[in-house]
Amino acid sequence: MSASVAKDTMRTAKPAFTPGQRVRVRQVDPPGHIRTPHYIRGKSGVIERFCGFFPNPEEKAYGRSGEPMRALYRVRFVQSHVWTGYSGGALDTVDIDLYEHWLEPAGA
Amino acid sequence: MHAYHDLGGTPAGPIEQDDHPAVLWEKRVEALLTLVRRRGLLTTDENRRALESLGADVYHNLSYAERRALALSNNMIAKGVFTIDELAAKLAEIDRRKDPLP
Repeated sequence: MSASVAKDTMRTAKPAFTPGQRVRVRQVDPPGHIRTPHYIRGKSGVIERFCGFFPNPEEKAYGRSGEPMRALYRVRFVQSHVWTGYSGGALDTVDIDLYEHWLEPAGA
Repeated sequence: MHAYHDLGGTPAGPIEQDDHPAVLWEKRVEALLTLVRRRGLLTTDENRRALESLGADVYHNLSYAERRALALSNNMIAKGVFTIDELAAKLAEIDRRKDPLP
């Protein structure tokens, strides 16, 4: 993956977020093929890693190229923040791969 | 609104863990999907969008392979790979066969 990251970074803008940064998933409900799970919208998490630039699947779903490429991140969420009445461990987390256009900066 | 295919967090009940090996026509659906992807006629995202556009009733009333066959034919018609008339003629021909799945 590192090779594709290096190549794509040269021809695409730098990723807007860095590991450790707090982000919030946009609370929107657009039509079409959406890969952001409904349950995580509006929730806050922490950037775990930058995964690389990839063609936008929301565009590819309609037969288009998916350009410009979008930054993809693995974002870590605390389960007890995601689910009301979560009965598992307090340290449980869930990691979700999310595209940059679904994320906005969140307060600490 | 929760899309009908986006089930995360909804009550699921017990997970059905029975083995249900694919029958021949179901394997052919997957083979066709692989073929059209390799030929550049379809992307995974287009396939997923077609599955997510079937409507909740159709989606839930069809089996996994049935809904993938329907989504594939919808995509192929939309892309002009075959026409609705050609599909109808082929289905009629299959109906006339003694053994529809030789």
